[in-house]
Amino acid sequence: MSSLQFDIAHLLAGSLVLASFMMLYQDRLYALLNVYALHAGVLALSVAWQAYVQHAPHLYVTALIALVFKAIIIPVALHRIIKRLGIHREIENVISIGLTMMAGIGLVALSMVVMLRVTPGADALAREDLAFALSVVLLGLLIMVTRRNAVSQVVGFMSLENGLVLAATGAKGMPLVVEISVAFSVLIAFIVIGIFLFRIRERFDSVDVQALDRFRGERR
Amino acid sequence: MTIDALGAILLIPAISATLLAILPGYLLTAKLNVVAALATFLTSLLLFVIETTSGQYLLLDDLNKVFIVLTTFVGFTTSVFSASYIHHEIEIGRLTPAFLRFYHAMYQMLMFAMNLALIANNIGLMWVAIEMATLTTVLMVGIYRTHEALEAAWKYFILGSVGIALALFGTILVYMAARPVVGEGMDGMVWTVLVKHAAQFDSALLNVAFVFLLLGYGTKVGLAPLHAWLPDAHAEGPTPISAVLSGLLLNVALYALLRFKMMLAVNSAAITPGPLMVTMGLISVIFAALMLYRRRDIKRMFAYSSIEHMGIIVFAFGMGGPLANFAGLLHMIMHSLTKSAIFFAVGHIAQVKGTQKIADIGGLTVTNPVLGWGLMLGVIAIVGLPPLGIFMSEFLVVSSTFARAPWLTVILVLGIIIALGGLVLRIGAVMFGEPKGKTAPAEASYVPMFTHLGLVMMAGIYLPPVLVTGFQNVAKLLG
Repeated sequence: MSSLQFDIAHLLAGSLVLASFMMLYQDRLYALLNVYALHAGVLALSVAWQAYVQHAPHLYVTALIALVFKAIIIPVALHRIIKRLGIHREIENVISIGLTMMAGIGLVALSMVVMLRVTPGADALAREDLAFALSVVLLGLLIMVTRRNAVSQVVGFMSLENGLVLAATGAKGMPLVVEISVAFSVLIAFIVIGIFLFRIRERFDSVDVQALDRFRGERR
Repeated sequence: MTIDALGAILLIPAISATLLAILPGYLLTAKLNVVAALATFLTSLLLFVIETTSGQYLLLDDLNKVFIVLTTFVGFTTSVFSASYIHHEIEIGRLTPAFLRFYHAMYQMLMFAMNLALIANNIGLMWVAIEMATLTTVLMVGIYRTHEALEAAWKYFILGSVGIALALFGTILVYMAARPVVGEGMDGMVWTVLVKHAAQFDSALLNVAFVFLLLGYGTKVGLAPLHAWLPDAHAEGPTPISAVLSGLLLNVALYALLRFKMMLAVNSAAITPGPLMVTMGLISVIFAALMLYRRRDIKRMFAYSSIEHMGIIVFAFGMGGPLANFAGLLHMIMHSLTKSAIFFAVGHIAQVKGTQKIADIGGLTVTNPVLGWGLMLGVIAIVGLPPLGIFMSEFLVVSSTFARAPWLTVILVLGIIIALGGLVLRIGAVMFGEPKGKTAPAEASYVPMFTHLGLVMMAGIYLPPVLVTGFQNVAKLLG
């Protein structure tokens, strides 16, 4: 593999970690969603590049799923849901931005130390990808635990899942990558539908199922 | 022929799920659900008489045979219980027929997903199956659509998703470890191939992979401190689902862990998973035993008891060796049978009394003697009093590990005794106190409950030699 190919793959995977960091400190839901769309877009680019480098055409499908489903459909759907739930003006108090960022840096350092140490045998690209992917997974977990709003927890989970897709594509020749990304898309679609159906606002403080029944004209 | 029978235990639930989603009329669909579950169970028995081979996707060996038969059997008895349970729910209007159609379809989907996870020879496929089982149970836990049920379903959803995400990362790492040895492509995920070559894998990578797998699948097993979803999901969903969750789904996640443990055992340079599993098992036992004392909801209480027993099972498998594995396996089966029987009883009791609050239920042995004594028998079994099956398996767990790790065994026994105290204290008032709540006779089907309890009692007194040798073979396989 030429060094240019490696550098580009490295750059894209690094950008994904950077996008995760950007998600950490967003305190408005719309802004968080926009950064997530960027995150998914970077993932799509990264996966497409891997498909090109590895000569693995099936990975283009995964890249396409990332681009169409995660970077466009889901953010747009969530935008509309947020508006309908009337929580688009709300500002989330993320627990002390400085502290969260420090924790994030710590997690990235941890994943670098762990992954680079245990994979001396693997080829350089796969190692770097795994280390970045673990960082994205851990940052996703951090986003989930520092948020109280159901929608932003889901966004955190989706960024975590992007990290997994990065790891799966980085592992050269791994089978079932496409199937797994489809399975995850189904999972996410269910979650998003769940938010909408159950009208989960600020973490269940006002799950108004009665209103939902009236809305659908259903009799009890 | 093998593939036919193996395929059938997947096809029957899959086809009936589709049918049940289409057909109207809950009386018919409830019966169809029972018939489908029975057919799957009978097919699973066929697996014992035919030759076994394994392909790239499906696998059949002594280990998963035990799990499959247990899963399909409890699946069948629970479907019988479910039929009489939902009949009552329809009458009081807690569920509507439209929801019921969905419920039955999901029940068969869950059976399909669990069977698939058990016979998958491919670690990627196994992961997809466990994800599917999680999704279907999430949908069923939230089916009552009350505030609490939705919160429980959401919590289960988020924690379960994070769990399976970590498990997937572990799976990818296993593939990374396998790739230099077995080459790229499908072989790197086929379990039989992985086990054959595991000795040459990079041990450091395997270690990290196992940590992720333990955290990921351990969340689904309900090991403390990853158990937070379990009590809510058990308490708020329909009781048949609590029975299936406790009796089966926890086992399926454990099965996945055992498969990876077997793989690590082949690689001598990798960490031994034993100590990690023993530690998590003991923490779960002690933690759950202490939590039993402050429970107010009867289903939640038995959910904590499930955490305790999964802790004992994981402890036994973590200790390893033929004897402890045998004890762990027996304990797992006994726990599945007993806990689902308890949930059958509790389900009907909650329906009769119209509440799950322990404080509002009293004097069951007077008001509903059959249900009351049934639950009493179940509790006697679950706390491990002789001569029932759980006494036997707990005794085996303790005695087989005492010589090797006396201090750990002392902690374990302490946990078991604390749990016994908690359960007896709570259940005493429910059983013998002043009669409280409604006293209407229960329209219950007692057959599933007493079948399970009968089996547990029989196992405590006499275990047929055929079963013993069978379990011994499995225990040897587990290493």
